[in-house]
This record gives sequence, structure tokens and C-alpha cells, in this order.
Amino acid sequence: MKNRALYLIFAAVLVLPFAITNVNFQHVMIMFLIFASLGESWNIITGFAGQTSFGHAAFFGIGAYTSTVLFYKFGVSPWVGMLLGAGIAAVVSVIVSYPCFRLRGHYFAIATLAVAEIIKQLFVSWDYVEGATGISIPVVEDSFIAMQFHGSKIPYFLIGFALFFLIVMVARSIEKSKMGFYLKAIRESHEAAEALGINPRKYKLLAMMISSALTALLGTLYAQYILYIDPFMVFSLEISMKIVLLSVLGGLGNIYGPIIGAAILIPLSEYTRVFLGGTGKGIDLMIYGALIVLIACFEPHGIIGLLKKRGKKRGALYAKTNA
Amino acid sequence: MPKPMLEAKNLTMKFGNLTASNNVSFSVDKGEIVSLIGPNGAGKTTIFNCISGFYKPFSGRVYFEGKDITGLSPYKITSMGLTRTFQIVKPLKEMTVKENILTGAFLRASSRSEAEKIADEILKITHLSEKKDVLAGSLTTADKKRLEIARVLATKPKMIMLDEAMAGLNQTETKEAMELCLNLNKQHGITLLIVEHVMEAIMPISNRVIVLNAGEKIAEGSPEEIVNNEEVIKAYLGERYHAKSKQTNRRV
Repeated sequence: MKNRALYLIFAAVLVLPFAITNVNFQHVMIMFLIFASLGESWNIITGFAGQTSFGHAAFFGIGAYTSTVLFYKFGVSPWVGMLLGAGIAAVVSVIVSYPCFRLRGHYFAIATLAVAEIIKQLFVSWDYVEGATGISIPVVEDSFIAMQFHGSKIPYFLIGFALFFLIVMVARSIEKSKMGFYLKAIRESHEAAEALGINPRKYKLLAMMISSALTALLGTLYAQYILYIDPFMVFSLEISMKIVLLSVLGGLGNIYGPIIGAAILIPLSEYTRVFLGGTGKGIDLMIYGALIVLIACFEPHGIIGLLKKRGKKRGALYAKTNA
Repeated sequence: MPKPMLEAKNLTMKFGNLTASNNVSFSVDKGEIVSLIGPNGAGKTTIFNCISGFYKPFSGRVYFEGKDITGLSPYKITSMGLTRTFQIVKPLKEMTVKENILTGAFLRASSRSEAEKIADEILKITHLSEKKDVLAGSLTTADKKRLEIARVLATKPKMIMLDEAMAGLNQTETKEAMELCLNLNKQHGITLLIVEHVMEAIMPISNRVIVLNAGEKIAEGSPEEIVNNEEVIKAYLGERYHAKSKQTNRRV
């Protein structure tokens, strides 16, 4: 039953940009895929394992920079850069989280925020990667190997869809496996988890590695799609926050949460930008902030929690009428 | 002579200037039910934490099946077959009863289906089958305590340390908990070390009782010996046991 819902979502997402060929819409779909996937990746460490990261832009930026620098300096295919970026992000995440995992709760969250800002500053003052100026990716002819497509947005969409599919399936298989149970146990009670024979640090590190590697993949796609990156863009707090907010809005610790959250936030922010232009900047986040306040006050489990409750009520009613 | 299953030797735990446990030694043999009693602040839970790896003792050693486990991480001690429950229950709230037990079962299971099998068995033993799809956070206190036991049971332990598994239960629930303890011990061969305040509940099921007061061991013996021990009565049983037994008499 639950599987059917997921495959329905996959099918709907895949068909939409072919049904509605408007370029703006296709752009929104690509951004939706990127951010839904970012939310899914983030959900692994924060939703499942309960370790709030406010610094996932760091891994997104590392992914973007790795492939871009390799292509810009050495002409290496972004596909190679994408995989390398994922690897580097995983390594960085371990170096950063190993000491930070001593901290619990809010302190860990603050530490991730600080670390992401430090990494951003490093890139701002790093001349080899053009510092604050950023890098314009050299434009070449349409090519799969160079991951550049100028005639149509559809190839970007398909790559985005492939990543989205991959990441959702990874998150889902984690959720159903021993690792998913262990991560949730750690989230619910560190001590209880230990008494059940779980090594919390090992599983948290593993979750962090997977989460950051997946996040980095999307950094590469984003860079190739926009064809320009600078530290303020890819390492921005705004990206970290968007990932957090859309997942919280949709529902934490659930693979549907980030999809629902991204389906609301991304069209909102992209269309306010299109219709209101420069003056509209930030309106999406204002609306979004209001939604988050409402969710936090009335349904901390996010929209998915709301749906579940309604489902239960209807189920109960159904049971009553049948009895 | 066979080696004891668990041996605590001269355990001392200090928090700053406060000595919570002072030079406590005792042992538990395979198949026994041993109770650890004493007034609040006697250092019972401290001893539990030292044995299960949640504290590193200031001095002294802990041996489990002859192996030195002093200062090992709790998860390592659990995987060796010694596990514990918590006085303040720690249900994995956002997970169902069955998922709670499954989490424990994964320690010995190599696949999800094997874990499911273990979990179903545990659900039956602990009479939680009917509530398997209920979120652990919404259980009653009695069921939460039961789940606490069920969950560690799924790790297939040789020995469980129960920290006040019966506190706050009514008489029927206490009786059920006693039966569960006896069943685990007799049918499943699990050695039990129990910290408890409810004397009526543990005196009948314990092979031996160890009494702590102000961090030190003041007595050890069979339940009969303990209830007649002058020092124990003075330190602890005096007010509580007599008061409680009077109450129960009145109720009868």
C-alpha cells in the first residue's frame, strides 16, 4: 500500500515536465528535485538519527566546488567530480562530526552551523578556487560527459530525477533495515540504544557520511545547471535553512516529509521570484516562516503528521460505521 | 568451584567529594535471582551504572563470566550478554512496541525476517502481542516497564539487571511482573540482578539479597536472614517493611 504511494509520486514527478512543457515550470521541477533530494539526504542524519544539522550547505558546496574546480582547471568530467565530491564530503563530515558528536542536542546543531560558516569563509579567501569572485563554468557544447545542456532543460531534469530516485530509495532501504532502527533508537534515547548493544557513535558517523555524500551529489548538479558558483551561493545559510525548513514542514523522520515540503516551498519561492522579480525576494521565506510557525504550534510532526491523523480519524469512523 | 557469572570487586564511585559507592563487592551465580536493596541514595543505581558501563568506576573491577569488563562501553557489555533496564523508563516513544523490540532483536539477528521472528516470540513471552502496533510513548506505566524488559530480552542476554522494574505498579501489575521475572529465570535460564523497593515483590522470588546503605554493603544473605538482620532493620526495613506489611495485613 505504502509502496504504491511512493511509486505514484515517482511516476507523477517523471511525467509532469513532459506534460507541461513550459520552461519556467520545468525549471521549478528541477529545483524541486534538487531540494527534495537535499531534504531526503538531510533527513537521514536529522530525521532518523535525531542529530540536527544546520550546516548541510557545507556538503552541498563541497560537491559543487569539487566538480566545478576539476572541470574548470583540468577539464575532468563533472560526473567524476560528482563522485569525488561525494567522497570528499563524506570524509569532511567524519572529520567534523567526530568531535561534534560529543555534543548533544542544541550544541551539536550550533556546532554544525559554525563549521559550515568556517568552511564558507575558507572558500571566500581561497585564491586557487577564485575566492569570493566565484567560478563561471566554461561553456561547452551540449554533452552528457560535460553535463551541459543548453537546448533543453529536460536532460537536467532527468539527471535530477535519477538522483532523486536513488536518494529516496537509499533513505527507504535505510529506514527498513537494522540501521534505520538503530538510528531511530539513538534519536529516541541514547542510553536505551546503548543498552540494546548499539554503538551510537558508529551509527551516527555512518549516517552522517551517507547523508553528506548524497548532499554533495546535488551540489554538482546544481553547479552544472546554473553554470556559475560562488561561496555565498552554495555555502549559504539560506540553503542550509531551506533544507531544514522544508523537511520540518513536510515531516521529520519520514521519507515523504521532504517531498511534501519541497513540493510546497520550491514552487512558492521560484514563482514569487518570477512574478515579483527582485522586489519579491524573501516573500517566499516570509510565507514559509509563517507556515513553520503554524506547524510548530499545531502539528510538530509536519504535514505528514496531519495526514496521518486524518487517516486515523477516518479509519476510526470507518470502523465505527462497520461495527 | 565454578566461576560466578558476575563479580563486582571493591567497586568505588565518587562524584566530586561525594562517595556514592564505597568498596562494594558481591557476586551473582549463573541462574540466580539476586536483589539489591537499600534506602534512597544507598548507591544501588550507581552500582548498576558501574557494572553496565554507563559509569567508569573510580576504583574496583567488574568481571562477567570471568572476563574483565570494567570501563567497557555499554554496547560492548550488552553484546557480551549482560544488559540492563532503566529505573526511569526509556521507551523509544515514536516507535511502536514491536519496533522497540525489533531494535533489540537486530543485535543477534542477521536479517530482518530473523529479527521479526525473535520479536514475535518476545511479544508472546511478555504478553505484549495485542499492543504490538501501539506507539511506545502512549503505553501505560506498567506496559512501559514491561516493554523495557521485552526490549532487552530481544538482545538474548544471559543476564539482565532490572532497575526498579516494579516501582509505581499496582498490586496486580506487580504480581504479573514477578511472574515474568520468575518465568525468565526458570524457563529461559536468565540470571537476574534486581534493584527494587517493593519488598513484598522481591523477597519471595530472590535467592539472595544484598543490602546497601550510604554507599556500603551492610548485609548479604537469604531473604529470611535479611528480614531478621538487626542492622538491616535499623537502616532500612525497620520503617518501610514493617509499615508495608502492616498495610497489606490491613487490606487482607
